Parts: sequence; C-alpha cells; structure tokens
Amino acid sequence: MGRYLLRRLLIAIPSLIGISMVLFAVLALAPGDPFGDLALSPDVPPEVRETLRIKFGLDDPLPIRYLRWLVAMLQGDWGFSFASRIDVSRLILERVPTTLLVIGSSQVLALMIALPVGVTAAARPYSVFDQIASAFAFIGFSLPTFFTGLLFILVFSINLHWLPFVYRTDIGGAGWEWYWAHIRQAIMPVAVLGLFQGAAWTRYVRSAVLDVIRLDYVTTARAKGLPERTVIIKHVVRNALVPVVTLVALQMPAVFGGAIITEQIFRVPGIGSLLISSILANDTPVVMAVTFVFACLVILFNLLADLIYGWLDPRITYR
Amino acid sequence: MAGSTRESPTAEAEAPSAAAAATASAPAAASVTPAAAVAIVPRRRVSPGLDAWRRFRRHRLALARAGILSLIVLTVVLGPVFWQVPINDIDFGATLSVPSWQHPFGTDDLGQDIFARVLYGGRISLAVGLAAMLVAVIVGTIIGALAGISRGFVDTGLMWLTDLFLSLPQLPLLLLIIYLFRDALKALAGPEFGIFVLIVAVIGGFRWMPVARLVRAQFFSLREKEFVEAARALGASTWRQVVHHMLPNALGPVIVAGTIEVAAAIIAESTLSFLGLGFPPDIPTWGRLLYDAKDHLDVAPHWALFPGAAIFLTVLTINFSGDGLRHTLDPRNVL
Repeated sequence: MGRYLLRRLLIAIPSLIGISMVLFAVLALAPGDPFGDLALSPDVPPEVRETLRIKFGLDDPLPIRYLRWLVAMLQGDWGFSFASRIDVSRLILERVPTTLLVIGSSQVLALMIALPVGVTAAARPYSVFDQIASAFAFIGFSLPTFFTGLLFILVFSINLHWLPFVYRTDIGGAGWEWYWAHIRQAIMPVAVLGLFQGAAWTRYVRSAVLDVIRLDYVTTARAKGLPERTVIIKHVVRNALVPVVTLVALQMPAVFGGAIITEQIFRVPGIGSLLISSILANDTPVVMAVTFVFACLVILFNLLADLIYGWLDPRITYR
Repeated sequence: MAGSTRESPTAEAEAPSAAAAATASAPAAASVTPAAAVAIVPRRRVSPGLDAWRRFRRHRLALARAGILSLIVLTVVLGPVFWQVPINDIDFGATLSVPSWQHPFGTDDLGQDIFARVLYGGRISLAVGLAAMLVAVIVGTIIGALAGISRGFVDTGLMWLTDLFLSLPQLPLLLLIIYLFRDALKALAGPEFGIFVLIVAVIGGFRWMPVARLVRAQFFSLREKEFVEAARALGASTWRQVVHHMLPNALGPVIVAGTIEVAAAIIAESTLSFLGLGFPPDIPTWGRLLYDAKDHLDVAPHWALFPGAAIFLTVLTINFSGDGLRHTLDPRNVL
C-alpha cells in the first residue's frame, strides 16, 4: 500500500504541473499589462517604468517567469488582495474549511441517496421502484443547481419560513443552540449540491451493480446459502463501487463548479463565493489563487479516489 | 487503459435493456403457438397486441419528449414573429405584475415583458448550446481520431492532454478566462458577438474530452475490422481510411454524446449568466433572467420560475432525447 500510494503521488505531480501550465498560459496570454496604468500616467518617466519591469522580471523569457510563478504559488506566496487589503493566503485559508465542510457533507448526502437507491433499483431492474428511481434521477441531474437553489429558497425560506437563506458566520449563542443554528443554515446548500450529485451517482451505481450482479461468483455466493443481504452488501456492492469511484473522481471538477454556484446563491463564505466576488471586484491575485486552490483540490480528491480503489480492490495496489 | 474502464458503466447500462427487450419478445412469440404453451407458463403470457402496445407506448413516450423539445425550439425561434412585444419596453405602470393575458409570464421590476425576454433568451441559449456542441464535437473528433489512428507517443500524449483537461477545475477556469479576455474581445468584435464567440469557444474548449475518448475507443476497434483492412489492402491512404471508412462508423456514439453536450453547454452558459459573468446585462439570457430575479423572489416568484422552468424543460428533454437516441442507435438493441 505504501509503495502504491507513493506511485500515485508521483503520478499526481505531472498533472499538477500540467494544470499549473494551463493556468499560467491563460494568465500570460491575457491581454493587458500589469503596468498598464503606469504606462499611461505622464508622471512616471520611462526609465522608472523600465526599472520596474526589470525588477519584477516582466521581460524575462516565459519559462523563467513560469518557474518563478510556480515556486511562489507552491510556497503559498499568493500576493496581496486589492479589495480586502490582506494577504491572499490568509483570506483563502479562512474560507477553505467552510467550502470543504459544505462539499464534504453534500457528498456524504449524495452517497447516502445513491448507494441504497441505486443498489435497490439494480437488484430488481425494471420494477416499479427502478422506474420511479430512474425518472427521479433523470429529473434530478437535469435540474441545474442554480434553479434548485432558488426553488428551495422560495419554498423553505419564503413560503414556509423554515430555514434561513443567508449563511451567517457571526451566529451568537452557545452549546446546542449554536450547533443547531449552524446545521439549520447549512441544510439548504448541502441539500442542493447533494441531491444533484446523488441523482447522477444513482445512475452510475445502478448500472455498475447491474454489471456485477449477473456474474458467476454472485451466483456461487447465493448457492452456498448466504442471505441476500450479505450477497449484495459484501459481494456485489464492493466490486461494483470500483467503476463508480472512477466516475465520481471524474466528476470532481463539476462538484466544485456546483459548490461555487451554491455558495453564491446562499452566500456561504467559502472560496467559491470569494472567487465570484473577486472577479466582480477585479481582484486578480485572489482570482488566480482560488483557481489554483481548486486545481489542487481536484488533484487531492483524485488521490483520495486512488486510495479508495486500493481499499476496495487490494489487487489494484499490486499492479 | 483508464479511458476504456471509465466509460464502461454508462455504455454497459444499455445492455440490460436489450436483454429485457429480448425477454419481452419471447413470450409474445410463445403466444403464437396453441394453448398448450399457455398452460405451461400462464403467468408470462403476453398477447401480441399487448406487446405492440408496449412498443408503441415506449415510442410514444420518446415521441412525446421529442415533441416537447421541438415545441420549445419552435416557440423560441418563431415566437418573436407572433409576440411582438419589445424586450426592453419599460413600463413603470406595470412593474412586477403577475402573469396575465397581457403579459403571459408577468413583468419584471422595470415592467418589461418576461415572456418576450424568455423567448429572446431561449434563442441565445439554444444558439450557444448548438455552437458549443459543434466546437466540442469537432475538436473531440479530431483529437480522438488522431489518437486512434496513431500508436505510440502521439496517442499517449493526446490522451495525457485529455486526462489533464478532464481534471481541470472547469468552472473556475471558465470564469477566469472570461474575466481576463472579456474586454479584449468586446473591443475586437462588439459586446454581443465578441462575448458569444468567447463563451462558445470556452465552453466547447472544455467539453471535447468525452467525445475524444469515444472516438478513440471506436477507432481502436474499427481499425482492426475486416472492411478497413480490405480498404488498406486496396491501397487506400490513411486519410481515405479515416474519412470514408472509420469516421462514418464511429458517428453513432458521437451523435449521442453531442446531444448531451448541447444540454451541458446550455447549463454552462446559464451558469455563467447566473453568476453575472455571461452576456452583457442588457441581453436577457435565461441565466441572466434568473440572476435578476433572485433578489425579488419574495414579491415576484414568477420572474424566476418561468426562465428556470424553460432551462429545466429544455435540458430534460434534450437529455431524454439523447437517451432515446442511444437506444435507437445501439446495434445491440432489437426493439
């Protein structure tokens, strides 16, 4: 397992470099000059402008600029936010936990929907339950998260007054009350994201289980008298989950996209809403850093998926 | 290859349905024989009429979905001919009014007719969806075909690129690119067309990977087939083999993927507009209408509900059509 993990880590490095190259290419190709304002200002003499350009290395060849940028990014030296007047790294570190909490709990919710529903549907394909589950899954992933979010606000906040629709960080109170207030405000963002993912995953789980459930070893397990429950949970689901984990890892970028939208709708103070607000405020260092953090998170979750493979199917680790 | 295992569950999902179709037609065949067969398996008996009705029902459902989709497309394309209310006709006498005969979808905070705006936005959404799909399919087909016919490092390199693009955080990058290039393109090609080109290029440029993988997988099996071998033996050039023999045979899954791409591109464009970073604010796309409506949910829910329902219905029917197309284009499917 240790060697396997090391190998996966080494494979992750080229993709991190690739992603960072794409990011840097976008930045380098972008029109506009960081010293654009300076160039237009008549008070700044051309010599000073030249000295500044040399000092910040703007005229160096691209590979050198890329390396310097990458080193700074990896060291957490992400610059200074124009809008908030604090270091970008501090700004982001403050907000990453909220994003991870919302994404994490919504993924748990999605799993709690997709696993039982997908497995039950596949255990009796084309039954009434399967048809209904498939129809709901189809509707679920055709509903864009921004519309579900608005619908939830309309129904649960405005009409029923059950849940608050603005996520607050400055909740007072202590003990249970404090926890309850936090859970209450997290219900809608988590549900919007979790239901969308759950709908997509239900389809994956169903087709993966259908692939496995006809195999001979399942018949053997039944023939030796194991209860159906044990057959499904221990023999079928575990093997069916390997392709599901791949698809889920492949979906990770989309999950982060969904998180950005959800955070924006419910004003959750995570890095997604930070990205939008800094784009609207032309705060380039923050925009770059948040995109970089999202890229790192995608790679991190891909690594996590590799670990889960190793646990689901130990043979993979020996390959 | 990782590529082939990743696609397998979705591809295999259709296999059981073919099996189900086979079992459904078996009792129908049995019922043609005299009552003896019926006595043995009385419970499984399905009359030919019932079987035909089942088939018809399945077709009818598919037809109904396609019908709703074409109705939406027709309304959006031809609607402005019949509904000649300008999209920016400000009327402070009728702000935030509920749906009525005069304004079927109600009005917004400036008294502008939401029905006219939804029609206008639909044309943009559909145009962006189709154009981005074309970009994605063309890029994906070229890359997939290149990887599929060449072995060795070209294939490896292109697949590395595909995997890299698959693991890019798409929405943040989309936002970043639009943020950085918006002004330059606006100056180059005008505020509307410039943004249109940018959005189509960026959405298409981040969605070609599934198509590339599909085409590559198809080419891997096609290039070993006898008819391609025959063409090769007759001295057909690689170009001719690809264009005349392999591409037409690889097209079925690409069409299905392309259909789903349209839905994904419509959602992507609406997302950008909903975040306030799509088309200029005066162009009412579906996402933009939702963005404008979200602060008035308590007083004017109709403002958000109609464009939202339009996105949902369009995406749902496109996805359903893609699913139906996969059933029809799947050679394993007998029905």
